[in-house]
Amino acid sequence: MAVSDTERSPTRRRQPSNAKSIVGLTGPAYLWLIVTILLPLAAMLYFSFLSDVPLPGRDWQVTLSNYAAFFQEDFYRTLMLRSLRLGFEVALWCFLIGFPCAYVLAKTIKGRWREALFLMVIIPFWSNALIRVFSWTMVLRGNGMLERLLDWLIPGFGSLNLMFTYEAVVIGLVHSYLPYMILTCYISLSTIDDDLIDAARSMGAGRLTVLRRIILPLSMPGIVAGAVLIFVPVIGSFMEPRILGGREGTFLGTVIEDQFTSVFNWPLGAALSFILLACVLIIFAIFQPILRRAS
Amino acid sequence: MASVTVSHVNKSFGEFRALDDVSIEFADGGFYALLGPSGSGKTTLLRQIAGFSFPDSGEILIGGEAVESLPVEKRNIGMMFQNYALFPNMSVFDNVAFGLMVRSTPRHEIKARVGEALELVRLSGYDERKPHQLSGGQRQRVALARAIVFRPRVLLLDEPLSALDKALRLGMQVELKRIQREVGITTIFVTHDQEEALTLSDKVGVLKDGKLLQEGPPRELYERPATAFAATFLGDANLFEGHVEEGELALSDGTRLRATAPLAGVGKATCAVRPEKMAIAEKGEPLRADHNHLEAELQEIIFAGNSLSYLLRRGDIHLRVFAQNRATAELQPGQRVRLTWRVADTIPVEA
Repeated sequence: MAVSDTERSPTRRRQPSNAKSIVGLTGPAYLWLIVTILLPLAAMLYFSFLSDVPLPGRDWQVTLSNYAAFFQEDFYRTLMLRSLRLGFEVALWCFLIGFPCAYVLAKTIKGRWREALFLMVIIPFWSNALIRVFSWTMVLRGNGMLERLLDWLIPGFGSLNLMFTYEAVVIGLVHSYLPYMILTCYISLSTIDDDLIDAARSMGAGRLTVLRRIILPLSMPGIVAGAVLIFVPVIGSFMEPRILGGREGTFLGTVIEDQFTSVFNWPLGAALSFILLACVLIIFAIFQPILRRAS
Repeated sequence: MASVTVSHVNKSFGEFRALDDVSIEFADGGFYALLGPSGSGKTTLLRQIAGFSFPDSGEILIGGEAVESLPVEKRNIGMMFQNYALFPNMSVFDNVAFGLMVRSTPRHEIKARVGEALELVRLSGYDERKPHQLSGGQRQRVALARAIVFRPRVLLLDEPLSALDKALRLGMQVELKRIQREVGITTIFVTHDQEEALTLSDKVGVLKDGKLLQEGPPRELYERPATAFAATFLGDANLFEGHVEEGELALSDGTRLRATAPLAGVGKATCAVRPEKMAIAEKGEPLRADHNHLEAELQEIIFAGNSLSYLLRRGDIHLRVFAQNRATAELQPGQRVRLTWRVADTIPVEA
């Protein structure tokens, strides 16, 4: 017994220190996440089951009515569908615009030009989001920069009436989230060996076949990652819809924001947020097999 | 199947002349090796023939048809890449079927021909595997099956064996040769490995700095290199530099060497002798009239099991001699020995 104890002791001594270093290295990050995300979220989840904000002088009790409201009133479901549609459309436009750009950056342009073009993709990211959205109002509003430009190019072009429309919201959101799609697609495209494209061509494949059979399937992880990164924040977005959409810009995100900032109905806002979260999770659960195959 | 003709092809990348007026005839059904060090233009030449890039000037004919302005997908060539370039998202079957699929071949025919191709490379039953489930040698076979399944006119191989370890490489050389003979397809392959070039091909072209230095059957190229570069790149060679005196090569110390034929002209000249053609003369061995003789100091003996390498020095000339391991005389480093080799093995080369 004594012998086996001494034999085992070195491995025994190593294990606790291993665990210690794991705790030491990951601890701060998880502690931070618990304090800043998990605790507030738990509090919100609790709020969502209350009838009023739990402040002194307020009358409140535990209830399911906030969740029931979503299922009873068509208004919220319509909003949910509108938000999902917005998320889907923005992700689609980001893909249609971002993928070709990412392809050229990853496969055609080399060296310094690539860096410069990358910077042009990323620089808008560094400016304040609010400023970016307001600058869009100057471009899109009636007699704004876009209409004047078009009028100058095609005299008598007339008015587009873009400001305060659904399209304006899409334009603003695509602008805000395009870099995500370009970056994720760029990363997965640049891992595709150029020889694969050459090989496909040597076997007689034209450009479209190469794109469809080789490039798109192999860059699917990046496309999916980009779409997820865009879809999730867009369906909860409120700033772009509010500023660019005006009265047309009512989505679930703006309604939730209203509950917190102007109506001061935190419980309803919290309940709607969790329903939105549930919706996202359900969508991902449904698409799980496709997502897994893609990555 | 078709012959390939490259005539007066030039290609520059900026200031760099990758191909300098290259003309080669690749015979129908032949196995041609393009041999050269990196930067010699061999891969550039292969890519011009494939159609990945286009020559600045010159002509490329495949089966008598000018193709220099056709892109690769219209040339009907099969190509095998150095890293195999198998599509990681497709099974072995789909990889091999790709070339047939893009040609809109009927499904049952695809099935039959992929089966045949996999049988040819001895990979039947691997249809459903993904490339990452295969070993290096198996991937190589898939790449080969994929390149020939749609019956291209020419098979192009870009350093096809360099990613394999030595034992596998030797096995694949035999396989490649067998398959090429069975299919009978005109094959052009690029390599920097001289042994591979000599073993596989029935014709070798040596490239350097974008120029075709010499071409010919492996044996001829090895036995009669035209330049010092060809002599040293294709196998090992001892080079003797001197000047011509009465048709003989006079070394700087005055020693005369005779070459295969009396040297023409005057001035400087170089001769090459293969290390295995030289021998260390035994004591008391008579001087033979049809041999060259040279005294040198033995510096080192490298033992490699079945063979030996002797490193020798004479003045500032360093020499190598290869011998089978059956020497009876005990030689010691530092000893002075007499080297002897046939006059017929002393090849005049361009410096």
